[in-house]
Amino acid sequence: MSSTYIATAGEEDTKVKKGPKKGKPESERSKAENTLGRNLVLPAIIVMLLVTAFPMLRALYLSLFSYSLTAPEDREFVGLSNYVTALSDPLFWRDTGVTVLYMVVTVAVELVIGFIFAMVMHRVIFARGIIRTSILIPYGIITVVSGFAWQFAFSYQNGFVNSWIPGLDTTFNWFAESTPAIVAIMVSEIWKTTPFMSLLLLAGLAQVSEDMIEAAKVDGATWWQRLWKVILPNMRAAIMVAVLFRALDAYRIFDNIFVMTAGAVGTESISFLTYRQTIEQFQLGIGSALSVLLFLSVLLIAYLIVKLFKVDLAAARQEG
Amino acid sequence: MASIEMKNIVKKYGDGFPAVNNVSIDVADGEFVILVGPSGCGKSTLLRMIVGLEDITSGEMVIGEKKVNDLAPRDRNLAMVFQNYALYPHLTVYENIAFPLRLAGTDGKELDEKVRSASKTLELDEHLDRKPGNLSGGQRQRVAMGRAIVRDADAFLFDEPLSNLDAKLRGQMRSEISRLQKKLGITTVYVTHDQTEAMTLGDRVAVLKRGFLQQLASPRELYTNPGNLFVAGFIGSPPMNFLPATVKGNSVKLPFGTVEIPEDKAKKASRKKKDLLIAGIRPEHFEDASVVDPSKKGSTFRAQVDVVEWLGNEAYAYIPFEAPPEVQKQLEQLERDLDGESLRTQLVVSLDGASMVKEGDDAEIWVDTSKMHLFDPETGENLTIDLDNAGEIPNHDEAGVVEAQEAV
Amino acid sequence: MRNNASTRVGTVIGAILILIWCLLPVAWIISLSFKSQTAITNGSPGFFPADGDGAGWQNYQDVLANDQFRRAIFNSIGISLIATLLSVIIATLAAYAIARLDFPGKKLVLTMALAIAMFPVVSLVGPLFDMWRTIGLYDTWPGLIIPYMSFTLPLAIWTLSAFFREIPWELEQAAQVDGATSWQAFRKVIVPLAAPGVFTAAILTFFFAWNDFVFGISLTSTERARPIPAALSFFVGADPFNRPASLLAAGAVVSTIPIIIIVLIFQRKIVAGLTSGAVKG
Repeated sequence: MSSTYIATAGEEDTKVKKGPKKGKPESERSKAENTLGRNLVLPAIIVMLLVTAFPMLRALYLSLFSYSLTAPEDREFVGLSNYVTALSDPLFWRDTGVTVLYMVVTVAVELVIGFIFAMVMHRVIFARGIIRTSILIPYGIITVVSGFAWQFAFSYQNGFVNSWIPGLDTTFNWFAESTPAIVAIMVSEIWKTTPFMSLLLLAGLAQVSEDMIEAAKVDGATWWQRLWKVILPNMRAAIMVAVLFRALDAYRIFDNIFVMTAGAVGTESISFLTYRQTIEQFQLGIGSALSVLLFLSVLLIAYLIVKLFKVDLAAARQEG
Repeated sequence: MASIEMKNIVKKYGDGFPAVNNVSIDVADGEFVILVGPSGCGKSTLLRMIVGLEDITSGEMVIGEKKVNDLAPRDRNLAMVFQNYALYPHLTVYENIAFPLRLAGTDGKELDEKVRSASKTLELDEHLDRKPGNLSGGQRQRVAMGRAIVRDADAFLFDEPLSNLDAKLRGQMRSEISRLQKKLGITTVYVTHDQTEAMTLGDRVAVLKRGFLQQLASPRELYTNPGNLFVAGFIGSPPMNFLPATVKGNSVKLPFGTVEIPEDKAKKASRKKKDLLIAGIRPEHFEDASVVDPSKKGSTFRAQVDVVEWLGNEAYAYIPFEAPPEVQKQLEQLERDLDGESLRTQLVVSLDGASMVKEGDDAEIWVDTSKMHLFDPETGENLTIDLDNAGEIPNHDEAGVVEAQEAV
Repeated sequence: MRNNASTRVGTVIGAILILIWCLLPVAWIISLSFKSQTAITNGSPGFFPADGDGAGWQNYQDVLANDQFRRAIFNSIGISLIATLLSVIIATLAAYAIARLDFPGKKLVLTMALAIAMFPVVSLVGPLFDMWRTIGLYDTWPGLIIPYMSFTLPLAIWTLSAFFREIPWELEQAAQVDGATSWQAFRKVIVPLAAPGVFTAAILTFFFAWNDFVFGISLTSTERARPIPAALSFFVGADPFNRPASLLAAGAVVSTIPIIIIVLIFQRKIVAGLTSGAVKG
């Protein structure tokens, strides 16, 4: 008991750092630090803005014109009518609906499979290197290649999927109708991005302390209860960040659609529609309006996810 | 070799928070000075200002006759051992030790000789080719010291160098540091929160609290003549007991009874003309009356013992008491300053191992009243101090008053 | 401990499932690349080439002999490497500032990086297409390098600042006390320690540039600058009405080889890079 005295008088402040470290600048040194800091980040800011903010403003400007590259001389200010055209077109709403469908289904499936993968990778002792290497292959592979691989796999002429699914006609054409085509696209998307999801979740899983799980075991929690009451709540931040990243990424789905169906049979996403208007049909006016709408909808989704799930980005970034 | 002079050093952060407040400390050439205090007392900030890692808001820092306020760390020629050792993980032990020499442009035979001599002194010879990541805590500590001694620095600075070691190793390294410093005779400033390190290592110890220097004195002076309640409570383990005391003439009324104090103490205590004071008595100045030689001077009182911890050579007895609110408040504040938590007020008494006092006994306790200190409950000032043997106690009564007001 | 045993069995099954998941499509595309082109035209379902349908290395020879394809590989390697190099240099400077210095506007940079990481790429290609045509960057290497840099910077900055943050601050101070100038401290202490992080950021950046498709098809029109994903998607072979699947598969395998080599060598670093900074509660 006598040692407790030494402890209170002595060892307390190893944890507490010595006073506030950072403060507002005032001295020469911190002024120099400010200048240096600003100079160091400046190139990054310029490059990032050059290709985002400036084109975005330009898109905003162009969206107010009727402007086609096939007839550039006919450029004409039309106010918001491009937006009216887009928003009153059922195609826009159908594509938005399809895009949301892609996003919701792929993210949900990836979350479940990714979590299972993360659990396995977290527990696995043997062949750790092999598994981690394999999981990086889908992540690293070009999306276009993934699209081709799955398109050919689903093809009734040269693929293997039809013969592997029992009870399915071997001549079934996946790309003739909307629903199976969308399923095929989703499969490619899910295959390619689940590894990324599972790695993010693995990092979150690694931060749930084993002690806490063991404590729950001692307290009598079943495996299921431990998962839901201990592991998942403590991984909240990781899960939310993974969902946010993936959802925004999935909403921009483009490559797989381009390669697998080229937007046919109602598989077109909002990104694809925008691309088609601007690059293929040279309709820069309406295309720009669609760009702005796409940008706004991504913002809206980000906002909804952050608000709905209360994602703490600062914590996720370790800035907090 | 050089002396270090700190003149009215102030460190204010942007938010106006004064981390170090008007601190003046002279470190003589070859002297070993400890900066000690609870967390947030400014000791590390002060050290970092000496070495040049923090700007000095105002005041003068003079190292060996030269004002260094505006010099970069590399121009001050000081060696520092960091709390986490700050070894370069990508370099071998040899290269870690050689690092400052290489920066200074030393190379070839001279460098090799110096590194090998340092490694020999610190018994690191067999580890020279290893990376810091493969070393034990004690070995890392020694590499960090090697990096410091390899150059002819004007002074050594240590920032809580032993806090990451376990208790046993800490004891060994403590004596190692002490031996090394004596051998090299180099000026040393050492920051710690551990009073054992402070007492055993330092020629003189500077006790700091919230940026203010409380007392700068030798360990013995600090122990026997603490300048105020804070120093009295900080130095010593178990800490000094603080009891409400009413002084009338030569007699002092404590919660357990009235004891007699020497006349000179009584005179000093009545200087402030206050009825209620705080008496400070170290645990070892009590004893079980039945084992005390009756010829020894002192008083006795009877009290109900709550708990006894018998350790063989000695025993600690705990005796709860009630304190009036004025005293209670000051003691709670003191606990906060010491990074502790205020628990119940109780007297801790160190008894001889031969004492047979048991829990629940109504024991007769003897107290050596000549060693008793009396403190002003408002300012915390030690009224019965022997100023000739108390080192330096900076006069900052304003601060004391402000704190007393805050406490109310 | 029955519980433990069943967990172990589950883990093994899970591990096997992961391997199948990751490798089956890769095996499939490799298998496909060995089917002969006539077999493809006539229809040749099944995972492995049927008897007599095998083409040996013919598809690979054809692909590598194809000028368009060779040019696309060259474009992709060149563009990706340059974009990676520039992006990593700029990101290193920014990440160092963010991790080590305290200056106003730091939050802004991080927020901006985050916003750009979420930016819908397609919504930019229209205006970029227009701008690049005006200033003559359309269908050139720089025309792709610039957007790749801007879109890889956020990831690179995040990854790198996470790495920089883990280098103990004290080391730099120790170096200064040991007599180093700021530059010496940076070069002799920080750079060697940050090297793995820089490397990781470089790999991730390279992956992004190598993978990009939207910019690749929108900002190029000829083989002058067209990168490999775009080239693959436009690759029609001799018969425009019938996609030469096995030839494409061979091209896909070739384009995947660099990625697989990088993954095999740097597996550990990529995992660390992907997860550092992104998720730490």
